[in-house]
Amino acid sequence: MQIQQLSVFIENKPGRLAEITEALAEAKIDIRAISVADTSDFGILRVIVDRPQDAVDALKAHGMTVSLTNVIAVGIPDVSGSFAKVVRLLSDKGFDLEYMYAFISRDKGKAFVIVRVDQGQKAAEALQADGWEILTQDVLSHM
Amino acid sequence: MPNYYQPEIECASREKLREIQSEKLVKMVKNAYENVPFYKKKFDELGVKPEDIKSIDDITKLPFTEKQDLRDTYPFGLVAVPRGELARIHASSGTTGKQTVVAYTKNDLDAWATGAARAIVAVGGRKEDLVHVSYGYGLFTGGLGLHDGAEKLGAAVIPVSSGNTNRQVQILQDYGSDILCCTPSYAMYIGETVRDKGIDPKSLRVRIGIFGAEPWSEEMRHEIEKSLDIKAYDIYGLSEIAGPGVSCECEEQAGMHVQEDYFYPEIIDPVTGQQLPDGEEGELVFTCIGKEALPLVRYRTRDICSLTHEKCKCGRTTVRMHKPKGRTDDMLIIRGINVFPSQIESVLLDLGMDPNYRMVVDRKNNLDTLEVQVEMNSHLFSDTVRNLEKVEKRIAGALQSTLNIAAKVTLLEPKSLQRSEGKAKRVEDLRKL
Repeated sequence: MQIQQLSVFIENKPGRLAEITEALAEAKIDIRAISVADTSDFGILRVIVDRPQDAVDALKAHGMTVSLTNVIAVGIPDVSGSFAKVVRLLSDKGFDLEYMYAFISRDKGKAFVIVRVDQGQKAAEALQADGWEILTQDVLSHM
Repeated sequence: MPNYYQPEIECASREKLREIQSEKLVKMVKNAYENVPFYKKKFDELGVKPEDIKSIDDITKLPFTEKQDLRDTYPFGLVAVPRGELARIHASSGTTGKQTVVAYTKNDLDAWATGAARAIVAVGGRKEDLVHVSYGYGLFTGGLGLHDGAEKLGAAVIPVSSGNTNRQVQILQDYGSDILCCTPSYAMYIGETVRDKGIDPKSLRVRIGIFGAEPWSEEMRHEIEKSLDIKAYDIYGLSEIAGPGVSCECEEQAGMHVQEDYFYPEIIDPVTGQQLPDGEEGELVFTCIGKEALPLVRYRTRDICSLTHEKCKCGRTTVRMHKPKGRTDDMLIIRGINVFPSQIESVLLDLGMDPNYRMVVDRKNNLDTLEVQVEMNSHLFSDTVRNLEKVEKRIAGALQSTLNIAAKVTLLEPKSLQRSEGKAKRVEDLRKL
């Protein structure tokens, strides 16, 4: 029920983000969502793509440190307060939120929030049981 | 008028010094041969008997001792006296994980203190002075070395130790320290703090600085002298031999007088091992002719310098060594602490990491900084910043406990460090020394 996110290690130096995204472009990978966590000397690039394994192979071929991480993509209707409900649910059930970011799907007419929690599988089940749409890898790949 | 602590030695004729040295060498070689199996074996292999050593000139017949020998016999393998006769233990960094341990008897400590006392007097110190010791106290020889020297002289010691610079300045101001002892980079820092606080250096009583344990330039000397309104002198020592006071400048600031009745210096060609004459640069070698606990024979310091036996304007006849110009190995001195790149390698290997690293040494605000860059690999990698920072902290903690100085750890992308055929370039020293 979770999807796979690419996590890529990047040093804070000019041109690195361009190199990574060009490597993905070369392999004809479609990027769905992207986010960067950064410190003063390094960053972690987090990317949701249509073909995660191919993307990993492409980046590894360029000598990059990359891993796949399971994350949850929750569909959020464009109604005030929707996201607050998701966060409240996760919090009340005791899931620790590591990080999150979002993207919008024009086809589906809603936003998807990518959430990384510990015990991701259980969190996804809890959200689904509460009526929230959880994207599967398959749906994501064909969006 | 120059002052001497022991003019009968410091201004003795060459013949008199040779006589003292010959007598001590004969006794020391016998001690080493009879009580240290390592030396018995080495002497036997060379076919040298203690009886072959009759005068100081015979020293060239003796084998060399290397830092590695101290490591191989860690901790007390080269000690020549029973445990009960030891009076103190010091240690410094070894080339890898283990430290280089040095032991002293009561007489050894006395000899070292005497050397340090001579040094304090040679730079104009008197027993009426307050000696402010800002070297670190502990296994490092800096603090206790000058402490004992000042006490021996009959001066009063202020054992401040290093750190807490505001307090250092306050003590200089309020107690009226006469002599300041620390590493030159720390002296720079103290000088800067004095200026930042708007204190007129002329208002401070301190008039002499005794600085050592790391390389420094003439420019730095002028800078320190100006910032604290003092005369700054260079002192030399290495824990294997005795710590600070092995040699020290006099008021002429023209080379460091070696306490050669305790520590006999030679300059050798580092490749052939042949002794070199005065004025020629080579590797500095010491024989601890007065030592009981650790009678090191021709210890190779790896420091490169030259000697001169010319009589000094100060009236001392003891041999002078010039400021070391470099090293024959890859040892770095960072904040007064000896650091070998191989130590970093062993820390990384202990953590199960690839030994691909680069050290960047710099001097910022007059304090040495060490950055260790380590390549990321898939085992260490995580998708959260928190975990990666944990990795950095774990490496930094292991480095700190091995090196005894803090290092900033920076994670790099894999394969980003230069791979070279043969010896990798692991060290970048950006300090202008």
